[in-house]
Amino acid sequence: MPEGISRQGVGDTGILSRNDFPSLFSALKGRGYRVVGPTVRDGAIVYGDLEGDADLPVGWTDRQEAGRYRLERRGDDALFGYNVGPHSWKKYLFPPHERLWTAHRKEESFEVTIEPNEAPPFAFLGVRACEVAAIEVQDRVFLGKYPDPGYRARRGRSLVIGVACGQAGATCFCTSMGTGPGLSEGYDLGITEILSPGPHRFLVRVGSPRGAELASDLPLTPAVTADHGRGKEIIERTAASMGRSMTTDGLRELMVDNLAHPRWEIVARRCLSCANCTLACPTCFCSTNEEMTALDATSAERWRRWDSCFNLGFTELHSAKVRSSGMSRYRQWLTHKLGTWHDQFGVSGCVGCGRCITWCPVGIDLTEEVAAIREPQGARPPPGGLA
Amino acid sequence: MRASARPAAPALFTDHPFLHGFDPGFLSEIGEGAEDRSWEPGEFLLREGAEADWFHLLLHGKVALELEAYEKPRLTIQTLGPGDVLGWSWLVPPHHWQLDARAVKPTRTLSLRAEVLRRVLERRPADAYRFLLRLLPVIATRVQNARLQILDVHGV
Amino acid sequence: MSMASDPLGPTGGESSPPGAFAPVPCVVVRRSVESSDTVTLALRPADGGDFPPFSAGQFNMLYRFGVGEVAVSLSGDPAAAGERVHTVRAAGKVSSAIVGVSVGDVLGVRGPFGAGWPIDETEGRDVVVVVGGLGIAPVRPALYELLRQRDRFGRLEVIYGARTPADILYYAELQRWRSRHDLRFQTTVDAAGRDWYGDVGLVTDRIPDLRFDPTQTVAFLCGPEVMMRRSAQSLEARGLRSDAIFVSMERNMKCALGQCGHCQFGASFICRDGPVLCYADVKPRWNVREL
Repeated sequence: MPEGISRQGVGDTGILSRNDFPSLFSALKGRGYRVVGPTVRDGAIVYGDLEGDADLPVGWTDRQEAGRYRLERRGDDALFGYNVGPHSWKKYLFPPHERLWTAHRKEESFEVTIEPNEAPPFAFLGVRACEVAAIEVQDRVFLGKYPDPGYRARRGRSLVIGVACGQAGATCFCTSMGTGPGLSEGYDLGITEILSPGPHRFLVRVGSPRGAELASDLPLTPAVTADHGRGKEIIERTAASMGRSMTTDGLRELMVDNLAHPRWEIVARRCLSCANCTLACPTCFCSTNEEMTALDATSAERWRRWDSCFNLGFTELHSAKVRSSGMSRYRQWLTHKLGTWHDQFGVSGCVGCGRCITWCPVGIDLTEEVAAIREPQGARPPPGGLA
Repeated sequence: MRASARPAAPALFTDHPFLHGFDPGFLSEIGEGAEDRSWEPGEFLLREGAEADWFHLLLHGKVALELEAYEKPRLTIQTLGPGDVLGWSWLVPPHHWQLDARAVKPTRTLSLRAEVLRRVLERRPADAYRFLLRLLPVIATRVQNARLQILDVHGV
Repeated sequence: MSMASDPLGPTGGESSPPGAFAPVPCVVVRRSVESSDTVTLALRPADGGDFPPFSAGQFNMLYRFGVGEVAVSLSGDPAAAGERVHTVRAAGKVSSAIVGVSVGDVLGVRGPFGAGWPIDETEGRDVVVVVGGLGIAPVRPALYELLRQRDRFGRLEVIYGARTPADILYYAELQRWRSRHDLRFQTTVDAAGRDWYGDVGLVTDRIPDLRFDPTQTVAFLCGPEVMMRRSAQSLEARGLRSDAIFVSMERNMKCALGQCGHCQFGASFICRDGPVLCYADVKPRWNVREL
């Protein structure tokens, strides 16, 4: 392995050439990580296991709009020239379906074994700034007063390799939410892909002691002023081209003080209660419990499965549905995400990734809904083509 | 009426909160023929379907309002105590009681004659309005309670 | 593989307390039938260990092997060491399976969870307790606590509303409480037959006659939401401030850890921030339909 800068510290930077990029994979695998990251599958960029850089969406980009997502060729060989897809890293840290514990019958009693977490640690490759923020939002959910053993084990051992966005999607608004597009913290290694001028290369920044260890395995060359300048430029250009924006001043109050706003009924006419937004959202954490019992009744398992506040039976009081109208379920989702989340976890539940806009089958756009609620009532006609 | 009865002493009219604050002249008019009655436990103060010719104001004791559904056991839907008033059917044509009221403890009532009440209320609209403002919350509360009983909130 | 540091930091590094995440097997040592669908169960840890302490108003998650788990309030005396008491009504599949246990059977217990009754708030004040139906169960531990420190507060007024006389829980104990002179315990039922000599009517009817000093009173309400709403309004009409009234809320708790989202009521996770909440905070939310 070629020697780069001998020893890296937090905050140090270096340049990894495109040709040397595979060394990142070998370093990660050498340290026992299971490398997961973006890859093309079924016409979308999703997160999956990566064997090498060929598994990355090389030369692909995504074109997104409300209710629309298409892959296109870029015309270059960028490794990270796209934005976020339908998946998020929560599928690894908070799996969609997870066994929590198993109870075995033992004479008249039973014995409970919490699901062991001995799987190899993940290396998340290509975590966008908004997604780093989303992981930190979920940390507050799962690592609070009652740390979730599985989440804690996976999160504690995972390595986060962040990537600054070189372009913004049409549904992106991370600048509004203060989460991107540049990486600020919460990553082990941060990468900015530089396509030009000069050779295709990566500006690498060390974000943690573990990142420093990893960096010591990489053939990094010193980053010069021009590299830093170009990296800064890329982020500034991305920040200036956000497809969406949302005014966040007083957003929590706007949500909790407008529970009777007529807009909820208007958006509810379009909402299908399909739960796509909550599944695509990188911070939505709602789940339900399932009991699985062996046919011979000698063992029983507790499983946790993603649930959604859009499901009719989500909140019940005895067998009555508390939120029986679609209006109340959409209102619950948005007022929680942008409002009461602050009360519960001290942050917004929205990181501005735009997934809920793109993956909504009818193209409901939360930035538009927030703007409508912010308008003085009666000042704005309902958007055409509704109802 | 089998209950022991005697003419109501004027002092009784100041004992019951329902009558507090009314014009003495008005009280004296509606008190014409009023009786001070005592009821033994088990005795009915009123029976469903009977003519509503008295308005009873409870001074002591306890009275159960009962519904007779012949295919079901008799059901007590409310108990009343001192300070409560018994019914409004005497004011609503055709002036027939809509349920039974049975004393469950030794009970004493100030009983006003419905016929006198109706006549006086007709003639003194200002006092009648104040009188109805007293009676209406009693009716409203019982209607609201009946709604909650329909919900059977404890049964879920 | 070398791991230089745990990025989770000091808080994220903590483990959940034992019994929070996975059920602890407990033996049913006593089962008393309260009514046609309700039983009271006393549990002891199957391994002979101790339960963690609980405060009045908290709840446990009770698990029946292979059937599932349901939230049930603790209804015994917080000072009674060694056993935990739960009153369970057979309402759904899981609660019916739990009601159907026999002495000697084993149930799983997770907990205790949630915020309980603010017993300290009663210091030097009158206490009004209004409960309906199964709502007597989460309040009973508070009554034990209050009666133990009876000299620390003023009057104690309790109104308990049940559906019918046959649905009255803790009958023998209530008779004892009714005979005490340092509390007034009134029972009323929604409807009754002729064999019932007690009161018939709603708990809200009794509130105008309660004896308390509205400026120096704290009220605990527990029961169906509509009953708590009406009772709180009646207490306010008597001059009690909304921040002196506490209500015990109910939603479908699943995880009990504030992580599954089911029991959210506005900003509150009922499992974590409740079940006991201050009426001053709850009142505006009760005015919002389908919250």
